Amino acid sequence: MKTPAWKTMYWLVKREFWEHRGGFFWAPIITGGVFLLLNIMGIIAAEVVGARHGINFGASGGLRRVIADMDAGDLSQVGFALDVAMYSAMGLLIAVLGFVVFFYCLGALYDDRRDRSILFWKSLPISDTSTVLSKVVSATVLAPIVAVATGIIVGMLQLLILALTLSFHGVNVWQLLVLAHPFRVMFNLIGYIPLYVLWALPSVGWLLLCSAWARNKPFLWAVALPVATGLLVSWFGIMGLFDLPTTWFWKNIVQRGLLSVFPGTGSVFGHNGNIAHSVAGNPGMDFMDLGNTYQLLASANLWIGVVIGLGLLAGAIWFRRWRDDS
Amino acid sequence: MSAVITASGLTKRYKSALALDNASFRIEPGRIVGLIGPNGAGKTTALKAILGLTDFTGELNVLGFDPRKQRDKLMGEVCFIADVAVLPRWIKVRQAVDFVANVHPRFDRAKCEAFLARTKLQPDQRVRQMSKGMIVQLHLALVMAIDAKLLILDEPTLGLDILYRKQFYQHLLEDYFDENKTIIVTTHQVEEVEHILTDLMFIRDGRIVLDADMDAVGERFIEVMVGADKADAARALKPLDERQVFGKSIFLFDGANRATLEQLGETRRPSISDLFVATMKGTYA
Repeated sequence: MKTPAWKTMYWLVKREFWEHRGGFFWAPIITGGVFLLLNIMGIIAAEVVGARHGINFGASGGLRRVIADMDAGDLSQVGFALDVAMYSAMGLLIAVLGFVVFFYCLGALYDDRRDRSILFWKSLPISDTSTVLSKVVSATVLAPIVAVATGIIVGMLQLLILALTLSFHGVNVWQLLVLAHPFRVMFNLIGYIPLYVLWALPSVGWLLLCSAWARNKPFLWAVALPVATGLLVSWFGIMGLFDLPTTWFWKNIVQRGLLSVFPGTGSVFGHNGNIAHSVAGNPGMDFMDLGNTYQLLASANLWIGVVIGLGLLAGAIWFRRWRDDS
Repeated sequence: MSAVITASGLTKRYKSALALDNASFRIEPGRIVGLIGPNGAGKTTALKAILGLTDFTGELNVLGFDPRKQRDKLMGEVCFIADVAVLPRWIKVRQAVDFVANVHPRFDRAKCEAFLARTKLQPDQRVRQMSKGMIVQLHLALVMAIDAKLLILDEPTLGLDILYRKQFYQHLLEDYFDENKTIIVTTHQVEEVEHILTDLMFIRDGRIVLDADMDAVGERFIEVMVGADKADAARALKPLDERQVFGKSIFLFDGANRATLEQLGETRRPSISDLFVATMKGTYA
C-alpha cells in the first residue's frame, strides 16, 4: 500500500498553491488588471488631449490610407508592433513573477520551521526529497504557468483595446488584428517556461538552501553572503589570481546566483550580446522566437548553472532532513 | 509479537548538554507508555530520535526500521502529535483532510469526517481562526483516522482547558486504542494520564531511571501514613521520601516489605505525581 509518487507530487504542489495563493494567483491577476487600467486611462487621456487640440487623425481616412499604402514589409512591422504590445503586458508580469519566486523560495523551507508546522508535515509519509522538489516545481513551473496564462489573457485584452480604439478612428479592426500573431506569441511564452526552469535552477537552489539552512533571517544570509563575498573579492582583487576581472565574480556568482529567478535574464545576460545583435540586425524578427531563445541551450553558462543548482538542491534536501531546531 | 521499539545505548549530545545519556528501553505492542520527566530531561529528544527527526548514536529499531535511514517508510506506520498549534495556520479543515487523504495510504476519510462531525469545526474554517482546543480536535481527527501501529504524543494537551483535555484522552481510549496499537505519551499533567497508562518510564538527565508496567509499580512502591510515634521506625527503613499531612507523616518506600509497612500504618499505592516528585528530587537544585 503506497501512494504513487506522481500523486504525492500533485498534492504537494497543490498544497503550495493553497498556501501561496496570494503570490502565485492574485499577484499576476492584480498586476494584469492594473496594467490594463493604466492603458485604458492612457488612451482616454490621449483621446481627450487629441479632441481638445482638434487633432483627428482617423476620420479623414488618413490612417486608413497609410495602411492601404503599406507594402508587405511595412505590414509585418505593424504585426510586430502589435506582438510587442502583447508582450508588453507580459513584461510587467515577469518582473512581479521574479519577486514572487524569489521570496517564495526564501520562505519555502523556513516559514514552517519558524511556526513549527514542519512537525506536522514531517509526520506524514513524504520524503524530504519530494517536499523540496515540490517547492522547485511550484516556483519554476506552477508560478510561471499562472503568470503566462494571465499574461496571455491580459495581452489579448490589450490588443482588443488597441483595436477598438483604432476602430473609433475608422480603422478596420480585423484587418489590423490579422497582422498580429497572438498564437505565436502564446506559443513562444509557454515554450519559454522549460528554459526558465533550467536557467533559474542555480538561483532557486541557492535560495532554497538558505531557506533550509538559516536559523533566522534567510533573506539576509541569501543576499548578504554573496554580496559580502563580492566586496571582499573586489577589495583584495582575488579574481586577479585566476586572471579574471572582478566583474566576473559579480556577474557570474552574485548576479547569476540571486537574479536568475527573474525570467528573461537568461536571454539578456546568458549570451555575450549576440542575441540582441541578431534581433537588431533583423528588426522584423520576433525576439521571443523559440529558435532564438533556445540558443541559450548552447551556452556553457546555462549548463554549469544547472549542475550547480542541482548540487545546491541536494544540500537543501540534506538540511531539510537533518536540520533539528523545531 | 516482537517489540515496537528497541533502543540500546541511545546517546544524543547537543552543543552544551547531554540530552540522552546511554538510554536503553523496550516497548511492546498494545501498550500505553507514559514517558515522564522534568523539563529538559530528554523526553522530546527521545521522541525525536524515534521519529527520525534528529541524529543520535546507539541502536534504535522502530517497527523494524532504522529511523535515521528509513524515515519515509517508518512514517507510513507512525503518527505524531507534537504540542498544540503545529498545524499550519493558513490551512482550512477541508484542505487538511484532502491533503492527508491523498498522501497517506492508511487514512480513512469517512472515519475522519465522522470525528469532525462531532465537533464544531467547519470545512472552510482556517486553523488561524481556531482556538487551541479546536486545533487539537482537528489534529486528533486526522491522526485517529490513520491506521498506524504507533502513535506518539508530545505534550498533546498543553494549554488546553480541562474539558478538551478530558475529551482528548477519552476519544483516544474509546475510539482509537486497541491491542495492535501502541501509544507513547509525554506530559506534565501526570494525573490525567495516570489511569490510562499501562507502562511508566521516568527519564532524568537523559537516563531512564524507572521503566516498569503499572502493576509492577503498584507492587514495588508503597506509601504509608504513619503517626508521629512510629515516624522514627519508618525513617529507619530508608524511605524514598517523606512529607507531612495533617500532623501525620507520609513515607514512600521502594521495594520494602509490605507486611512490615502495614504494621506502621495505613498503606496505599502512591500516585504517579508523588512518585515522580520523590524520584526527581534535587533535579533543579
